[in-house]
Amino acid sequence: MIRLEHVSKTYKTSTRPALDNVSVEVDKGEFVFLIGPSGSGKSTFLRLLLREEVPTKGDVYVADWNVGKLARRRVPQLRQRVGCVFQDFRLLTNKTVAENVAFALEVIGKPRHTIRKVVPEVLDMVGLDGKSERMPHELSGGEQQRVAMARAFVNRPLLLLADEPTGNLDPDISEDVMLLLERINRTGTTVLMATHNHSIVDSMRRRVVELQLGQLVRDDSRGVYGVGR
Amino acid sequence: MRASFVFSEVVTGLRRNVTMTVAMILTTAISLGLLGGGLLVITTIDQMKQLYYDRVEVAVFLTEDISANDPRCTGNTCADLRAELEAASGVESVVYESREEAFQRFQQIFEAQPELRELARPEALPASFRVQLTNPERFEVIAQEFSGRPGVDRIADQGAYLEELFQTLTGLRNATFAVALVQALAALLLISNAIQVSAFTRRTEVGIMRLVGASRWYTQLPFLIEAIVAGVVGGLLAVAGLVTAKVAFIDRVLAGVFEAGIVPRIGYADIAFVSPILLLVGAGIATVTGYVTLRLYVRT
Repeated sequence: MIRLEHVSKTYKTSTRPALDNVSVEVDKGEFVFLIGPSGSGKSTFLRLLLREEVPTKGDVYVADWNVGKLARRRVPQLRQRVGCVFQDFRLLTNKTVAENVAFALEVIGKPRHTIRKVVPEVLDMVGLDGKSERMPHELSGGEQQRVAMARAFVNRPLLLLADEPTGNLDPDISEDVMLLLERINRTGTTVLMATHNHSIVDSMRRRVVELQLGQLVRDDSRGVYGVGR
Repeated sequence: MRASFVFSEVVTGLRRNVTMTVAMILTTAISLGLLGGGLLVITTIDQMKQLYYDRVEVAVFLTEDISANDPRCTGNTCADLRAELEAASGVESVVYESREEAFQRFQQIFEAQPELRELARPEALPASFRVQLTNPERFEVIAQEFSGRPGVDRIADQGAYLEELFQTLTGLRNATFAVALVQALAALLLISNAIQVSAFTRRTEVGIMRLVGASRWYTQLPFLIEAIVAGVVGGLLAVAGLVTAKVAFIDRVLAGVFEAGIVPRIGYADIAFVSPILLLVGAGIATVTGYVTLRLYVRT
């Protein structure tokens, strides 16, 4: 599903590479934590997968796409098959909950009757069935994150990227979000989650990929966050 | 869904930068209004040319000798001249006007100015041949052939006066176009600027849309349509301006000239003919400017 081959990324403003010769492979249906301190390259890793950045060296593959070499006009096709969730939710503030979720379907040109059917189903799945007409600012952080997850999942993406999805949330609400991510993973969607959250990583016992200063330093198939951190 | 999405984005965009939108529309309107004015001057010139060149005559003024002594053009010199003029190629008709007839015509023309009529004496006016040409441009040939001939004093072409008039009008048209061009440049820069501001204020939203997989076209279409709406509204205002100018200004100030048939009236039909051109040019400029701006300056 994901394959990085000797990937390096150096930003123009920095002398040290954000990612330094990273090679890693993630299979279809896996649930993987991407951990590491701030500045270790986690965000760069995710941005490369979404083609928000292009690698300086090496190749990045998502499904059958060579992401770094993808023609610009084909980037939307990639993003339509890759869902993403962020620490700051990134909802469209002038649209209702239902419209936010519907937007992901409109963009790919799904017919209106499909949208009317699918949106309530997904909102129901994330537990927001009664709040479809609310505006994002009327919701709690946990609810907003669930809207974002509904939006990311509504297309049944091949891959779901989550960048610190629990970073702004209380522990018990974080747990809800993790349960939801697991549910999404069980439908066959590959999940890659970048996080700082020790307890979540430790309790889930899933594959852990650790970055430090841009280098891959650990890849455990059933890992914990790490000793002494 | 798509149409409603684009529509709501356009409305939001135009409302968010009201002052910019107004500036953009007004400059476009002024530019297009001037362009329209220039186009109307062109149609007027064309109509005037048709109107006048049909009536234009070449006047072959005769010498004092003939004017005084041959009121019926029966003498050899005069009759020969007439025959030759009639035979010349490109001549439609030749009418002899004696000194007495010229004087009567003068009295008629200056009916309103008795002082001038008092001053005029028949002896001051020469007899002449009024020559109608089938093609006004043949004047040079006639002038060359007949000037200096016995009995001919000088040859005057009314067309030359018209030419001067038309040159003035053409100059007026060119000046209008020049100002229109400068205004168009200002409108262009404003449109480009407005789009950039629009795109900048909505960059977060657009970023999110792009992350969900919206194509560049999908996110940028609203910006482009904003510009086109401004262009078309500017065009409509320009048309309204032309109609207002006609009713409130041209029809009043030039009423006498129109009545006398000296200048053909600028009708609603003329404005109706120019209007679609203005709308198309407005929309066209906005589209091209918008497209180029989005390609060059708006990356997300």
